[in-house]
Amino acid sequence: MKIQIKRYTSEPEIKEEVLAYEMELEDPTLLEVLGHIKTTQDSSLSFSSGCRSSVCGSCSMRVNGREVLACAYKVQEGDLVEPLKNVPVIRDLVVDMDKAYSMNVRAKAWLEGSSDVALSPEDEKRNERQSDCIMCGSCYSACPVYAVNGEFLGPFALTRVWRYVSDGREEGEEAKIHNVQSNGVWDCTLCNECTLVCPQDISSKADIEKLRATSAQYGCMDPNFGSFGGGFGFDGSPSF
Amino acid sequence: MNNYKTDVLIIGAGGAGLVAALNAHKSGAKVTVLTKEYPTRAQTSMAQGGINAALGHAGEDSVEDHIQNTLKSAQGLANEEAVRLMCNEALEAVAWLDSIGVPFSRTKESKIAQRTLGGASAPRACYAQDYTGLKILHTLYDRVMAQGIEIKNERYLLNFITNKDKHEKSYACGATILNIKTGEVETYEAKSVIVATGGYSKIYHKHSTNAKGSTGDGIAAAIRAGARLSDMEFIQFHPTALKNSSILISESARGAGGYLLNSKGERFVDELLPRDQVARAINDQIQAGEEVFLDIRHLGEAFIMEQLPQERKLAKLYENVDPVNDLIPIKPVAHYTMGGIEVDKNSHTKLKGLFAAGECANHKVHGANRLGGNSLLELIVFGKQAGKNAAAWAKSFDNAIETSEQTLSAQNFVKGVKYFTNQIDFYQKHQFLGNIFYNNAGISKDEMGLKAVLGAVRQIQKEIPFMGPKDKSNIYNTNLVDFIEFGNMVELCEIILVSMISRNESRGAHYRSDIPNPNDMAYKAHTITWKEDGVLCADFME
Repeated sequence: MKIQIKRYTSEPEIKEEVLAYEMELEDPTLLEVLGHIKTTQDSSLSFSSGCRSSVCGSCSMRVNGREVLACAYKVQEGDLVEPLKNVPVIRDLVVDMDKAYSMNVRAKAWLEGSSDVALSPEDEKRNERQSDCIMCGSCYSACPVYAVNGEFLGPFALTRVWRYVSDGREEGEEAKIHNVQSNGVWDCTLCNECTLVCPQDISSKADIEKLRATSAQYGCMDPNFGSFGGGFGFDGSPSF
Repeated sequence: MNNYKTDVLIIGAGGAGLVAALNAHKSGAKVTVLTKEYPTRAQTSMAQGGINAALGHAGEDSVEDHIQNTLKSAQGLANEEAVRLMCNEALEAVAWLDSIGVPFSRTKESKIAQRTLGGASAPRACYAQDYTGLKILHTLYDRVMAQGIEIKNERYLLNFITNKDKHEKSYACGATILNIKTGEVETYEAKSVIVATGGYSKIYHKHSTNAKGSTGDGIAAAIRAGARLSDMEFIQFHPTALKNSSILISESARGAGGYLLNSKGERFVDELLPRDQVARAINDQIQAGEEVFLDIRHLGEAFIMEQLPQERKLAKLYENVDPVNDLIPIKPVAHYTMGGIEVDKNSHTKLKGLFAAGECANHKVHGANRLGGNSLLELIVFGKQAGKNAAAWAKSFDNAIETSEQTLSAQNFVKGVKYFTNQIDFYQKHQFLGNIFYNNAGISKDEMGLKAVLGAVRQIQKEIPFMGPKDKSNIYNTNLVDFIEFGNMVELCEIILVSMISRNESRGAHYRSDIPNPNDMAYKAHTITWKEDGVLCADFME
């Protein structure tokens, strides 16, 4: 089995190259292949990994241009492995997630004040999927808006905002909504790339649509449409 | 230049570290949290089953039953006072998690849902599908962000910094840290330090459910700095990990009615006994040439998708079986380390100023065998305790902090280790170590086997200068980090083996096939280990 890996280092000087590796492994995951290369062929190969069971979000990268978790992807002959896009590469497949993580802080993605309400199974289901997020960053890598606007809050941060806004315990819903108006809910093009690459089957696009509908309820409109009279999102789906 | 100051320094940003951070911050201390990865990547994310609290939402339960179940499973090695504290505080702990937004699964009556795990007399584990740890960890992380607490990522602990007071007594006052991103050594001065770095199951290499980072860094650094460790021989094997990949299949699968079957399709053990007993029963079958399977087919697809979605995905990916239609091939593997840094009832270690919480600490609530659902609980209850007490310690701290000598020694270490000769491959040695530990220092062991492993470990210790990282780079050198982690594990291996050999009895997870019964007269006591001038010492203490 042969795969190619895009390598990058900045010391002693910046160097980028695609290297080919060959190994004999039966039906391996990409993470097993990378581990095999590191421990038996090239100890300088750098990548992040943790749980190997798709919950820690460490090993996101791209294969043939598509975002995957290395631990959940079965390698095919000739695959090209590259780091995530739209993030600084530190070395090889390791990227700097600090900025994407900081979007959660800008988006104030936490429970603002807690009211003592009893949640039903239906309440819980409203954000069950959103709270499966592992912050692997695949969605930021795939997002064409974030690619051109580094200030865009981006998919997982907005999904996280929806997680808390939709939580019956949240008391600060309105402030949360106002906080995601600029470089937030209206900047998304609803292209759905984030949904397609999410290893946890979360649709940030759908969450952003729900945030738009809630925004409209609080009188926040799409700034691109000025005084358009309608109340809901412009794709015509006031969905919850 | 690479010198930072804080009140409370926390090493590790899993559940225990984050809870400690929130509580130290609440007490008014300036807090800095360091993690060798990112906080949401911690081992806590892998906890699936739940967090115990005797809420009685799914059947009659009481705090006293929770206490008694925990004490029974601990087989005489728990500290009853600590267990009582933990079980009593469980209700408040879960209420607090609920108040900060943890999305627990709910009952029809709009209460937090609970399910049964092994060794529990009632459905007691509060859960969020099979993502309990993930959802608790992420919610804690969000809370820490809301409080503006500083977390620095990709910082690897080298050593704790200690100074001596006027009575020549050591105290912890910081740590030397490798910044993985730059390769530079950083020095953190602190009035108190909390270690929350997790367990050491990764010693078993591929025979462990744990994430890559469970290498016992904080425990090894603590004993080097003068703290004591206890009960290091007690290592829990989880009965049901996927056979080829050691991926965990949660105990909730058995709690919900899953069966264990051998190749003949026979059940051979009560699936809901505590983990040590189930793991041994499975091991006996495997030793007798049987294959062992987990069968949850009869639970039905709807139930599996609702309660065990992660398990289904992982079984398909790693074993090519769909639990809805197929048997799941399993084996027991190393899962949780009960032993750790010895702490008093304030989470304070023997080294003044150094506190510990979570899996790296031994609060003596698990004893010889941990119950499922008690480790998430432990990290909330004792993370809080450690955070508060470390903040109080910092407030009254009035000693000097001198770091230059220890910083220099850390710098020299990081520089020098790259000159090790590399004649021996440490990755191979880790694999070898994992195999011999699994076979001879695992679920079942005897004196002969343990002494052979100890001989091998002492040989590896001698060979370490002939190993080393092949990669000499500064920036993001994971080969270097892997090697230092390996060194920490080898240091702990000796301690674990000496403890296993010293305990001439069987108790809970420590099963000696040559002495299969407990001996309360001699060994109903904790194994304490420490170092004097670099020499390992061991003793038993009540």
